[in-house]
Amino acid sequence: MTTSIHSVFAAAESGISDTIKDTLNALSVPEYFVSITVVLLIIGLLTYRQWTRPMVAVTLSLLFIAFYVWSALDENFFKIITKPDNIPITMMIVFTALVTWVAFRQAAINDARLEKGEPLIESGADDKVLVWPDLVYTELIAMVLCTVVLVVWAIVLKAPLEPPANPTNIPNPSKAPWYFLGLQELLVYFDPWIAGVLLPSLIIVGLIALPFIDKNPRGNGYYTFKQRPFVISTFMFGWMIMWIVLIVLGTFLRGPNWNIFGPYETWDPHRPAALLNINISDVFWVITPDWLGFEWWKPGLPTKAALGGYMPAFLIREAPGIVLLSGYFFVLPVLLAKTIFRKIYHEIGFTRFCVFWLLMSWMFIVPIKMVLRWMFNLKYFVAVTEYFVNI
Amino acid sequence: MSLFDSVGNYVRQSQIWGSVFRHGVPRDRRTRAMAVLSNVFLHLHPVAVRKSGIRLSFTWCMGGLTFFLFLAETITGVLLMFYYRPVVEYAYADIIGLRAHVTLGLLREIHRWGAHAMVIAIWLHMLRVFLTGSYKPPREFNWSVGVILLVLTLLLSFTGYLLPWDQLAIWAITVGSNMARATPVLGHEGPGAAMMFVGEVPLIHAGSDARFLLLGGTAVGPGALLRFYVLHCIFIPLVAAVLIALHFWRVRKDGAISGPL
Ligand code: HEM
Repeated sequence: MTTSIHSVFAAAESGISDTIKDTLNALSVPEYFVSITVVLLIIGLLTYRQWTRPMVAVTLSLLFIAFYVWSALDENFFKIITKPDNIPITMMIVFTALVTWVAFRQAAINDARLEKGEPLIESGADDKVLVWPDLVYTELIAMVLCTVVLVVWAIVLKAPLEPPANPTNIPNPSKAPWYFLGLQELLVYFDPWIAGVLLPSLIIVGLIALPFIDKNPRGNGYYTFKQRPFVISTFMFGWMIMWIVLIVLGTFLRGPNWNIFGPYETWDPHRPAALLNINISDVFWVITPDWLGFEWWKPGLPTKAALGGYMPAFLIREAPGIVLLSGYFFVLPVLLAKTIFRKIYHEIGFTRFCVFWLLMSWMFIVPIKMVLRWMFNLKYFVAVTEYFVNI
Repeated sequence: MSLFDSVGNYVRQSQIWGSVFRHGVPRDRRTRAMAVLSNVFLHLHPVAVRKSGIRLSFTWCMGGLTFFLFLAETITGVLLMFYYRPVVEYAYADIIGLRAHVTLGLLREIHRWGAHAMVIAIWLHMLRVFLTGSYKPPREFNWSVGVILLVLTLLLSFTGYLLPWDQLAIWAITVGSNMARATPVLGHEGPGAAMMFVGEVPLIHAGSDARFLLLGGTAVGPGALLRFYVLHCIFIPLVAAVLIALHFWRVRKDGAISGPL
């Protein structure tokens, strides 16, 4: 009697947990994974005063820990998170969550105080303390703690060492070091010259340019969200989604043939990776005329040069994509500067606005292209394969 | 006066002690300031800082931890250099040997985990500097120095990744360095490279492009191992050390840790 109850219970339980796992596996494809995290980020930014309250934060972390522990009972999940070089990612998630809470908690307190005209947490510029002993000792303690953590970590966990390098045996999947996996993930959507060269360069340039573009004098030297919501939201999007989330996706969910595998799925190297991708030129020259069915507009990519050979065929073929991108890069900013970015434009002026748009446009072309890929299988806006210029 | 104190006093009054430490025991304001100012390492600090600035909840101690990890990496790295030869024939075997035969064989573990930790710490340091708006005037320049340090830290990690010469290493570096192939104009599969000709001779090909420069060959091989070793052990750490000194100096000159104006 009891055994049967037990087994029914166990079956029901495994039924539930299987359903949850199946759901989470299904939600692991980038379409859902990235979209859901974006929605969570937006909710998080809108409700930062609520979720930073200690009780809420503690509850959320407990839920997260419970989720992680429950997941680790699953063989596949356990395998992927305990790869020695993947341990830092769990640490990164935990620490990022912790410090984000610390920061936004103080921002919430400061913002409430600003509204009431009270002094900030950080106020009291005059009460300076001497570096010796106050800071030097803090540093010493931090150093000792850090050493202990490192040594214990080194004792508990061996550094990974795989079989010796073998240039003829290509592992599948081949992954870059974990901190570059966000960029490797972009290779799914962009050619290497964009994902591996242009975007990283723009990230560096953009970070260096940040203090010169953000002319908002408020929020200098203390935590706040209310005084600079736009800059913080944009940065957090870049940081949390384009960096952290893509790294997690790249390490935990990308398997053989760069296919997506849910966290509770086995990496099966034989799953086919077939995708029929289309370019804007196909949409304009083939799909649209096909669909319209006009007598005078036959489907087919242009293959002949025009203007007596001065306009090569590829320019005609790619004209729709070029027009589209030019609109995005050059016309849209003008419209934005006159409408929703009007205030920003007046604050920072023409030159800074150009740099601002250069950086913003490249940052947001990534999610735009992701969405177009997920929805329409878009491969390239502009594809001049002849010269390796594919965007 | 206890024995301990009298020995202490005796030592501090000796000529040797006085020749090393120019200030008295740091017990009052003046000698404490002197303790920081008269020490080449400590004087990279400001003498006084905002009380709110050194709270753990303000800086998360992340800048300091990044620096500490940099030091730990330097020390363990130098020790590793005693055992490791950057040659394809020996590299892997030396790593095995380190694990199997060397007393305190934890060196490689500490070095590797420390590297990961440094990458995380520097990101979080940047996040806190961003979220406290500490990149705003007068600290724009120091933020820029920081960004370069961030790039150097990632490059340090990346170049070190190759050195064990195992499957993980060469394929991760292959994936990473393949990007250089696609550098506009300078990579042989990059946009514009096909237009670079002198007469009939193409300038940019697999044996002359940016990736070749990085790897010292057309694939990750002995040339790459040596180059990455030199970059990892000498070039990048030196540049980083200089920039860290500059970074600290500027923290001090820009008015110590930031706070509301
Ligand atoms: C090797 C790398 C780095 C080291 C060792 C380092 C170290 C430090 C230390 C010890 C401080 C004092 C305050 C604190 O601990 O937060 C500091 C402040 C600062 N760091 Fe860094 N840092 C590094 C990288 C960076 C990066 C990547 C950035 C930004 C992109 C950055 C920007 C700044 C700025 C602007 C300050 C002044 C902040 C203030 O006054 O509140 N640093 N750094």
